[in-house]
Amino acid sequence: MEQVLEFASVCKSFPGVQALSDISMQVCRGEVRGLIGENGAGKSTLLKVLSGAYQPTSGRITIAGKEREILSTRDGLEAGIAVIYQELYLVPEMTVAENLLLGHMPTRRSGLIDVQKMYDTAKAQLTYILEDIDPNTKIKELPIAQRQMIEIAKALLHNASIIAFDEPTSSLSDKETQRLFKIIAALRDEGKAIIYVSHRMEELFEVCDSVTVFRDGKTIETFREMAAVTPDMLVQRMVGRDIKDIYHYYARPIGEEVLKLEGFTGPGVPTPVSFSAKRGEILGFFGLVGAGRTELMKLLFGAEKKHTGRIHLNGKEVVINAPMDAIELGIAFLPEDRKNEGIIPIRSVEENINLSARRKHVKGKFFLDVRWEAQNALEFIKKLSIKTPSKDQLIMNLSGGNQQKVILARWLSEKTSIIVMDEPTRGIDVGTKNEIYSLMYKLTEEGKTILCVSSELPEIMGISDRVAVMRDGCIVDILQRDQLDKERILTLALPDRHKSTIHNSNERGE
Amino acid sequence: MKGVNKTMINVGALTAKSKRLWDTSSMFIIFIILFIMLSLFVPYFLTVRNMIGLGLSVSMVGMVACTMLFCLASGDFDLSVENIVAFSGVTAAAVINSTGNVTLGIIIGMIAGGMIGLFNGLIIAKAGINALITTLAMSQIVRGLAFIVSGGQAQSIGNAGFFGLGNGLFLGVPNPIWITAICFVIFTVLIKSTTYGKNTLAIGGNQEAARLAGIHVDRIKIIIFTMQGFMAGFAGVVLASRMTSGQPNTSQGFSLDVISACVLGGVSLSGGVAPIMGAIVGVLIMGTVQNAMNLMNIPTFYQYIVRGAILLMAVMIDQFKQSNKKA
Repeated sequence: MEQVLEFASVCKSFPGVQALSDISMQVCRGEVRGLIGENGAGKSTLLKVLSGAYQPTSGRITIAGKEREILSTRDGLEAGIAVIYQELYLVPEMTVAENLLLGHMPTRRSGLIDVQKMYDTAKAQLTYILEDIDPNTKIKELPIAQRQMIEIAKALLHNASIIAFDEPTSSLSDKETQRLFKIIAALRDEGKAIIYVSHRMEELFEVCDSVTVFRDGKTIETFREMAAVTPDMLVQRMVGRDIKDIYHYYARPIGEEVLKLEGFTGPGVPTPVSFSAKRGEILGFFGLVGAGRTELMKLLFGAEKKHTGRIHLNGKEVVINAPMDAIELGIAFLPEDRKNEGIIPIRSVEENINLSARRKHVKGKFFLDVRWEAQNALEFIKKLSIKTPSKDQLIMNLSGGNQQKVILARWLSEKTSIIVMDEPTRGIDVGTKNEIYSLMYKLTEEGKTILCVSSELPEIMGISDRVAVMRDGCIVDILQRDQLDKERILTLALPDRHKSTIHNSNERGE
Repeated sequence: MKGVNKTMINVGALTAKSKRLWDTSSMFIIFIILFIMLSLFVPYFLTVRNMIGLGLSVSMVGMVACTMLFCLASGDFDLSVENIVAFSGVTAAAVINSTGNVTLGIIIGMIAGGMIGLFNGLIIAKAGINALITTLAMSQIVRGLAFIVSGGQAQSIGNAGFFGLGNGLFLGVPNPIWITAICFVIFTVLIKSTTYGKNTLAIGGNQEAARLAGIHVDRIKIIIFTMQGFMAGFAGVVLASRMTSGQPNTSQGFSLDVISACVLGGVSLSGGVAPIMGAIVGVLIMGTVQNAMNLMNIPTFYQYIVRGAILLMAVMIDQFKQSNKKA
């Protein structure tokens, strides 16, 4: 096979950090190369070097046999490189067509935009990615998964020969993920070189031809044949030690019923939902994007106003109208969107930990208890082994996993008995995931109850004592651990109109 | 050999230290240098009389900067303060003239300002209207009220007992300077060591995260704007006392002076960061430059240009520091 991309001894250092050291890697035409590694292992930095967003400190990049210096993202585009990042760079108020052609809009001789041509180009591109959207729809009217697909369409518009995807499926549902894989397969058949970064092991095995493992800014090993690799081998290379079973579930004593919801309705939850949870239990919530899981949790926490519904806590009916009501009752909520709903980015780790609980540790009604603040922060940094240079570090400088631990610390500073975790491990590396699961088990052993929402089926099946499957805003069934079965859960989760497609995608998946 | 090594380490530590000092207090250092230069080169600058004049000229901006700091820290603005200053000044004048009761006049003047602030807060927090629009609209309404209360004329105040507030001296220093200093002390404590201060910063840093952490975002916003109204009302009363009259036309452009001073001191317009020492320095730099330009007889027209240029430069220095930190 013809080699189109080569990194030779590429290094990249930032003040105080060696982000990439001596990276050498080759990718061929028609190859899908997976990159896997923990957060901070250097995958994203490498993509940024490739796209021209960063310049390497030393080393060479060769594209199609020619050594190239990529000094800016424009150079990158000209060299035939397209990088699709996790974050979306779309203008919400503009239409799909305008976003796709942003910076390259076709003009007439008069200098005005050729609206018809723009529409046609956009339509063709949307058809190419199998997306049936009117190009005149505004971005803000589209759900997040479709926006991600638009971002992909935009990157593919320039006919790049090297295409890199950075965690493309983190906000896609299974349906769109399958479609993305079809697109990637088509691109491979066209002879493109594809780099695919993902945390999701099963995806790598589904789409990649080969995989390179990163750790601490170095390439540890490249496996040329996926058939010769097992997930355990990859994890072992990533973490540098053996993690036998990432979920390491074990049975724990489960107590009496502590939480009971009856007839909950509200925004995103049109029909009444009821369920109950027991002391010491991890109750998983699975469903596709838009199934109403997050919405239900927000209603429970008082973050959204419910229309109807009653809550019983330890057998007594309670009223929750605002987050503070829930917090006072010992209910905590780790939001799915950590960046926008969880952390206060420009404040310190200490302040983020004490954000909620400090109200109970004030002197004279509202003066801060400075000693408690420092002690509490240090205690939890140690207890949850939060990796931070000091308690005064701004939280935005921490890795995703450590940010999540800080938010968990915020809730453990309260007298919490029920913890709602919405996608607790999204975007978090394997090592830290493992730690978070251990913490969850430990917390339930202390008698707390965890409601855990996740879109990752292996995770939900791996850690839950019971799983509630949601579809179209209602709970369709609650399964015991011994009843958990991938096919059964997916069948329950899929809306009726998609029942035929599930069959196909399952055949592909197995 | 050993000695050389030691000095090198010392130099290294020193540069690291001075870099940190520059990072945290660049504006303060600039102010000190500016102050020394002006003392050396501008005649009459470093005289007791001029220093007191300088203090008086920044006292109003200083007072209102205290509450504006909270507003900015929470990620909002208040453009209505200049009109609240005028409104509460004429209100106090009207009450004093009709009742002869100075204390009542001062209190009602402040309450008038506080009520406007409360309205601002309610509209912004409960109706969710953007603070810029709300306070812009409110500033028009309040200016109108000021004209109505005063009948469009300056209201001279007959009761001389009222003039002590703005013109009296304590230990040889005019009262408004004392008042401003006390305000800065109080608000430093509020922002640094109370839950109210921390919650304000949290709201400015990430409103949704603060809400989900159980912070009563609406309540705090209402308090912030109400305090802002009270403070502007108080400043208006002090100003009326200094001028011995309530003037409906006064203080045009004052809101932006206050915001500029805060920004000059490194207060972020997007919220979440509020160094109160910075705000003090910002107020002082603005006042000092103005004062020096007056001493040097620079025509007002040019003064505007200089003030604008200083603000732009300060923000650019800040931006430069930020981008350096990231790399």
